[in-house]
Amino acid sequence: MNQLIDWVSQPWPWYVAGPMIGLTVPSLLILGNKSFGISSSLRHVCAMCIPAKIPFFQYNWRKEMWNLVFVLGVLVGGFVATSLLSNPDEIVIATKTQADLAALGITDFSGLMPSDIFSWENLFTAKGFVFFVLGGFLVGFGTRYAGGCTSGHAIMGISSLQWPSLVATIFFMLGGFLMTQVFLAPLMKLVGF
Amino acid sequence: MKEVESNISEAVCDAPNSQESGERGMALVKYLILGILFGIVFVKAEIISWFRIQEMFRLDSFHMYGVIGSAIVTGIISIQLIKRMKIKSVAGEEIIIPTKKFTKGNVIGGFIFGLGWAITGACPGPLFAQIGSGFTVVIVTLLSAIAGTWVYGKFSDKLPS
Repeated sequence: MNQLIDWVSQPWPWYVAGPMIGLTVPSLLILGNKSFGISSSLRHVCAMCIPAKIPFFQYNWRKEMWNLVFVLGVLVGGFVATSLLSNPDEIVIATKTQADLAALGITDFSGLMPSDIFSWENLFTAKGFVFFVLGGFLVGFGTRYAGGCTSGHAIMGISSLQWPSLVATIFFMLGGFLMTQVFLAPLMKLVGF
Repeated sequence: MKEVESNISEAVCDAPNSQESGERGMALVKYLILGILFGIVFVKAEIISWFRIQEMFRLDSFHMYGVIGSAIVTGIISIQLIKRMKIKSVAGEEIIIPTKKFTKGNVIGGFIFGLGWAITGACPGPLFAQIGSGFTVVIVTLLSAIAGTWVYGKFSDKLPS
């Protein structure tokens, strides 16, 4: 039993995690005829709480309650994994990435997220504005305009062989490469790193 | 398996519910459990880590490519099996996968999301798992993502589609 817990507590390799994530696709289809996708939960929250008579938010969100229950589960899962199954060691990231990020001003490489950025003290600062407010806005606006995110397009869409999802995924990656390789360094300098 | 054109006024984006029979209360528990398992995998494979996303976009590690790639391969195989073996849903309904129509949003919106993904280190799923993992300030990111979704909804008819 202890051995099992030790094994589960280690970071899981991609060839374990990837197929488990992929199995979400048939699980949702067979359990309830549902297509996998997570960003739609953000739309349902809008439709439920702040529809403001906007046609885009006028639909029967009650029928999509399952999606909100699912993301609530993801949140609980995050809690369970971190509190019960967490890895006692520091995260091991590629030395080149670590060196590049250190050069940009990141100093804490101990957790899953750098505390230099993701802390409440940064909320009302330029760092908080860029990393939480701007970043979150781009994720919410972009995924909805694209009609899906990594789960809806990259995983569900490509798995069902739909080419618009492949196009969307290619542009997800292009945006990410451009931000990381070109804009991130000046942006971090600008906000005081 | 039926492939249907999604009706724009009815379409609920990337994760439509094609089940005809309604589900309430306890019937939703299975999605909670599935979500919990999914969240655990997210954390255990460190997919929610801002560092892992940086590694991916700096091409310094295979990890994220391996995760997404093997998830897609598993998805393709599963859907082909469902199609060929004509597997039905638990409720006995024919399994429906709505067709995604190409829009300019796939390109423009996709690109905008990519920019945000590299900043936050999270796509929408990991946002929830990050909050659950104790990075509570990500609640602000999530609220901002909801605001972004709302602003898209408000101006969707004025954007190229």
